[in-house]
Amino acid sequence: MAIFEGLSTRLQETFQRLRGKGKLTEDDVKEAMREVRLALLEADVNFKVVKEFVEKVRERAVGQEVLQSLTPGQQVIKIVNDELTELMGGTQSRIALASKPPTVIMMVGLQGAGKTTTTGKLANLLKKQNRYPLLAACDIYRPAAIKQLQVLGEQVKTQVFSMGDQVSPVDIAKNAVEHAKMHGFDYVLIDTAGRLHIDEALMDELKKIKEAVNPDEILLVVDAMTGQDAVNVAENFHQQLGITGTILTKLDGDTRGGAALSIRSVTGTPVKFAGMGEKLDALEPFHPDRMASRILGMGDVLSLIEKA
Amino acid sequence: MGFFSKFKEGLAKTRDSFLDKVGAVFTRRKIDEEFYEELEEQLIMADVGVNTAMSLLEQLRAEVKKRKIENAEELKPILQEKLVELMGTETSALNMNPAGMTVIMIVGVNGVGKTTTIGKLAHKLKNEGKKVILAAGDTFRAGAIEQLEVWGQRVGADVIKHQAGSDPAAVVYDGVQAAKSRKADVLIVDTAGRLHNKTNLMDELNKVYRVLKREIPDAPHEVLLVLDATTGQNALQQAKIFGEATGVTGLVLTKLDGTAKGGIVIAIRDQMEIPVKFVGLGEKMDDLQEFDPQQFVAAIFESQ
Ligand SMILES: Nc1nc2c(ncn2[C@@H]2O[C@H](COP(=O)(O)OP(=O)(O)OP(=O)(O)O)[C@@H](O)[C@H]2O)c(=O)[nH]1
Ligand SMILES: Nc1nc2c(ncn2[C@@H]2O[C@H](COP(=O)(O)OP(=O)(O)OP(=O)(O)O)[C@@H](O)[C@H]2O)c(=O)[nH]1
Ligand SMILES: [Mg+2]
Ligand SMILES: [Mg+2]
Repeated sequence: MAIFEGLSTRLQETFQRLRGKGKLTEDDVKEAMREVRLALLEADVNFKVVKEFVEKVRERAVGQEVLQSLTPGQQVIKIVNDELTELMGGTQSRIALASKPPTVIMMVGLQGAGKTTTTGKLANLLKKQNRYPLLAACDIYRPAAIKQLQVLGEQVKTQVFSMGDQVSPVDIAKNAVEHAKMHGFDYVLIDTAGRLHIDEALMDELKKIKEAVNPDEILLVVDAMTGQDAVNVAENFHQQLGITGTILTKLDGDTRGGAALSIRSVTGTPVKFAGMGEKLDALEPFHPDRMASRILGMGDVLSLIEKA
Repeated sequence: MGFFSKFKEGLAKTRDSFLDKVGAVFTRRKIDEEFYEELEEQLIMADVGVNTAMSLLEQLRAEVKKRKIENAEELKPILQEKLVELMGTETSALNMNPAGMTVIMIVGVNGVGKTTTIGKLAHKLKNEGKKVILAAGDTFRAGAIEQLEVWGQRVGADVIKHQAGSDPAAVVYDGVQAAKSRKADVLIVDTAGRLHNKTNLMDELNKVYRVLKREIPDAPHEVLLVLDATTGQNALQQAKIFGEATGVTGLVLTKLDGTAKGGIVIAIRDQMEIPVKFVGLGEKMDDLQEFDPQQFVAAIFESQ
């Protein structure tokens, strides 16, 4: 199996003979862009997103002066990294707050992405901020989905609103919000069943829940290991529901997580949190800069550049 | 419904499916750099990965030179041939123990569809007249035991369980004893989802594997690594490390009813030679189909 070498190493090699250059020429940049393209594709950034990105960087890099402290290779990496970080947006690990409580948050996404677990994690986070969330069990399809949410609710000492699996999720969501109003909860976190973005009936159900409870946030939960299809998924959920942000799960793995970039660039909405484990406190603010170097596989060179 | 129609139905749900696109790349055109680029694009978009895509293209370029091919249409069956070669030409059935109980262990990262696949697999084996017992080896995830129990009830299979939080190896040990004493034909072991880079969790999984090995000669007869079709290049790493910890004997590719193409199994086959045995095409109990590499590849080149 071919072991992936970090982009930094490969670029260093490409540029070994270019030390001491004044400006980046078109040819230098072209050569570097081949490596950048490969690195991004290996990281599962969507092909089309890669194309656009590489073009943008190429334009910006040609003719740039090479900083005294850097090699041309490092200089290109710096530009790539800057652009990538910018594309990924600033840090935005905040959740909306409705002017009139309760704030309603809907969790949506493909099967197994981590919605239910993340619902538990968000409840945990809110409780630490002295908030009172209510969890709404709107997955009536997956075997033992309600039980799963109830166990998580117990673990974070948060009430779970359920009406069993014979009532429509739209009604459960509506009733949950009513219940929250009556009992002074200031957040309602709606756990929904996993579904394919092309499943019209189930996507319709989400639209109906949205209409019924007018959520302040619709968070798309996405598995960080997702490949090229991430754009289709994100685009579809966004078009149909107007998501307000994403949460990237399973970043405690060793995936490069290029999906983050794909999603960000097709939805334009921020990645708000990163899931870093199965435990309920394993939810962290999302750091665009760290994600950029992770996608590129080059934490090492970045620290070099920072020192320079 | 047979594998092929069901599979196509799953894929037909999306208008811009891989098959249409890859098919379209070949229609009525000359072989030039642009053609190769587009073909590479389609392969990468299907998650085949850069390495495998480039190696396929290299092979194609060589064939084009050797056979002096000019028209892209002529190249299509050749790529198909290469892919079939790569994926293997035969379906790989489950490894069943010819002399006694068959033990199947299911492993994989979080949320890929292990427990659901167990339900489907148990259903299939029951339909073949086998007595199936399930062991609830995921004692960690909230509601995991209950989830397996629901599946057990649905398909009519006993579930051996301990309390949440208990030692998975102990549950599995009990599962083996129960399966022996109840004279089951097949024991299927569920395990908790875990990321392959977590050494302690992989050690725990290896312990379960060793318990099975110790209790029954030749067990586990099958270790199925479940992969989510939407997964990108990380699946290679999954296959490698789960393989090291549990000697994976086959793959199950789930969620192929979405728009993801599951091309990552081509890369895995290319680099690791683990056969795909089943594909998951939905959440219901009969949404499991035997994987047929020839039809899989043929389907890739179907255009509407
Ligand atoms: N390692 C790791 N595992 C996670 C993370 N988030 C969720 N998981 C695991 O992923 C699996 C699926 O999580 P769920 O919360 O059940 O996913 P879901 O989206 O609710 O699934 P469905 O309701 O079936 O669509 C579980 O095993 C979780 O423990 C994470 O950040 N890291
Ligand atoms: N569309 C579709 N969904 C599937 C398929 N297989 C499983 N799922 C769904 O994926 C989600 C996760 O499935 P599980 O069986 O719980 O996955 P798991 O690997 O056991 O998860 P953990 O035990 O948490 O690691 C559930 O919502 C399943 O219904 C499939 O082939 N197609
Ligand atoms: Mg769920
Ligand atoms: Mg499971």
